[in-house]
Amino acid sequence: MKLITAVIKPHRLDEVKDALQAFGVHGLTVTEASGYGRQRGHTEVYRGAEYTVDLVPKVRIEILVEDDDAEQLIDVVVKAARTGKIGDGKVWSVPVETAVRVRTGERGPDAL
Amino acid sequence: MPDGFSAGDTAFVFICAALVMLMTPGLAFFYGGMVRVKSTLNMLVMSFISLAIVSVLWVLYGYTLAFGPDAGAGLIGNLDFLGMRGIGLNDITGTIPVTAFSAFQLMFAIITPALISGAVADRTKFTGWALFVALWVTVVYFPVAHWVFFFDGGNGGWLGDRNGVIDFAGGTAVHINAGVAGLALCLVLGKRVGFKKDPMRPHSLPLVMLGSGLLWFGWFGFNAGSALAANGVAGMAFLNTQVATAAAVLGWLAYEKIKHGAFTTLGAASGAVAGLVAITPACGSVSLLGAIAIGIVAGAACAAAISLKYRFNFDDSLDVVGVHAVGGIIGSLAIGLFATGHVGQSAQGLFYGGGLGQLGKQAMGVAVVAVYSFVLSWLLGQAIHKTIGLRVSEDVEVAGIDQAEHAESAYDFSAVGASLGRAVSAATAAHTTAAAKKTEVDA
Repeated sequence: MKLITAVIKPHRLDEVKDALQAFGVHGLTVTEASGYGRQRGHTEVYRGAEYTVDLVPKVRIEILVEDDDAEQLIDVVVKAARTGKIGDGKVWSVPVETAVRVRTGERGPDAL
Repeated sequence: MPDGFSAGDTAFVFICAALVMLMTPGLAFFYGGMVRVKSTLNMLVMSFISLAIVSVLWVLYGYTLAFGPDAGAGLIGNLDFLGMRGIGLNDITGTIPVTAFSAFQLMFAIITPALISGAVADRTKFTGWALFVALWVTVVYFPVAHWVFFFDGGNGGWLGDRNGVIDFAGGTAVHINAGVAGLALCLVLGKRVGFKKDPMRPHSLPLVMLGSGLLWFGWFGFNAGSALAANGVAGMAFLNTQVATAAAVLGWLAYEKIKHGAFTTLGAASGAVAGLVAITPACGSVSLLGAIAIGIVAGAACAAAISLKYRFNFDDSLDVVGVHAVGGIIGSLAIGLFATGHVGQSAQGLFYGGGLGQLGKQAMGVAVVAVYSFVLSWLLGQAIHKTIGLRVSEDVEVAGIDQAEHAESAYDFSAVGASLGRAVSAATAAHTTAAAKKTEVDA
C-alpha cells in the first residue's frame, strides 16, 4: 500500500475530489494547511504597518491506495489540481506498512 | 411639570442618552476586532467594565462634581447633589428633567475612560485597569467635564462658561482627554512584547466594521443630543456629524491609497472614527462646508499621525493618540477657524471675520486639558503600577491575557479543541483556578 499526500490550492479541492471519485477512490482525509513554496507569500497593510505574510492557505489531501494504483492516482490528482500558475502545490507518495479498518478489524488492502 | 418643560426635548435627550450608551459596546467591538485572538475578550471587557464602574460612581458623586453648583473658580462642582440627593422628580434644567440630563451626561463619562483602553491593549492587569477607571474619572473626567460642560450664567466651568472655550460635545473633555491619557498610560506600561517585530494584525476586521458602524450610529446621540433640545442646532449638529465623517473616510482612504497603495477596510473604519472625533467639538458652530473641510483634514492627518508611534517608539496599541488626541485637537482648533457665528454659538472663527480671538481660546482649552490629563493620568498609572500592579507578567502576555485574567477564550471553532475539554464540578473548577493563580504568582 501507498500513502499519497497532496498539498494543493484550496479552490482546487472540489476538482480533485471529483476526479478521485471518478477514479474509484472510496475515501480520503482533508486538512487545512499553511505553507509556501517558490511563490512565497504576499503583503498586507494595517493602519500603515506593512506585513509580509509568508504562509499561504493550502489544503492537504491524504489517500491510501494499493501499490498498483499509486502512479496512476498521482497523475489523476496532479491533473485535477493544476492551474498552471505558481503555487499549485506538490504530490508525493510513501510506502505504508499496514492499515486497519476500525469497525471490522480488516487489515491490509481489504481495509481500503 | 414646571414651566419651560418640553416633552419633545426630553424624549429626544432620552433617546440620545441610549444612543451614546450603545457607543461603549460599539467601541469594544471596534477595539476587540483590532487585537489578536488571544486578547479579544480582555479588550471587550475593558470597555464593558467602564459601564459598570462609572455608572455607580456617577450617581454617588460624579454628577455633583461635574454638574453640581460651582465650588469656586469654576474648577469643580460642590457636593450639594451627593448621591443625587436634593434633585426633585420634577426639577428641570433648560427644558428637560435633571434626571434626563444626568443620564445623558453619564454616558459621556462612561465612554471616555473606555477610549483609553485601546492604548494599553494585550497587557493590562484587569484589577489595575478597573482601579484606574475609577480613579481617573474621579480626578480627571469629572473636573474636566465641569470646566467644559457646566454652564451657570458665567459662574460655571472656567474653560467653557468663564473663558469662552467652545466644546459642543466633547472634543476636549472626551477625546483629547482620553487620547492624552492613553499616551501617558502606554508610557507607564511600556511596549508590548514583540512591538515592531511580531505581526500584530487585527484578528477580525468584520468586528471592527461592526464597531465603527455602531459608533457612527451612536454618535448622532452624542453630537445632536448635546443641543439638549430637539431643535435646529441639533439638526445642524446631526448633519455636520454625518458629512464630516463621510469626508474623513474619503480623506483617510485617499492618504492610504497614495502612501500604501491600497484602500483598506480598517482605513475606512478608522477614518470614520477620526471624522466623528474631529466634528464633535465643532458640530454646533460650523457650516456644512466647514464640516466637510474638517472631515477631510482630520481623516488624512490622523492617517498620517498613527505612524508616529513607530517613529517615537511608544506602543499606543490601537492608535488612541493618533485618532482621538489628534482628531480632537484638529476639531477643537478648527472652531477658531470655521465657526460661522450663525449656528449654535455667536463666536466667529478666523475665516468668518472673527479674527484670532476664538482660535486663541480654543488653543488654550486644548493645552490645558492635554497637560492636566497627561500629568494626572501618568501619576495615577504610576501609583497603580507601583502598588497593585498594572501590567501582567510576560508569560501571561505571550500566552494570551484572556485565559489568565478572565479564564475564557473568545472563540472555539475547533472540534478537536472542544473535545479536549472536560467538564469539571464547580468545586474542582474553583480549586483549579486557585491553583492556576498560585502558579502565576510563583512564576
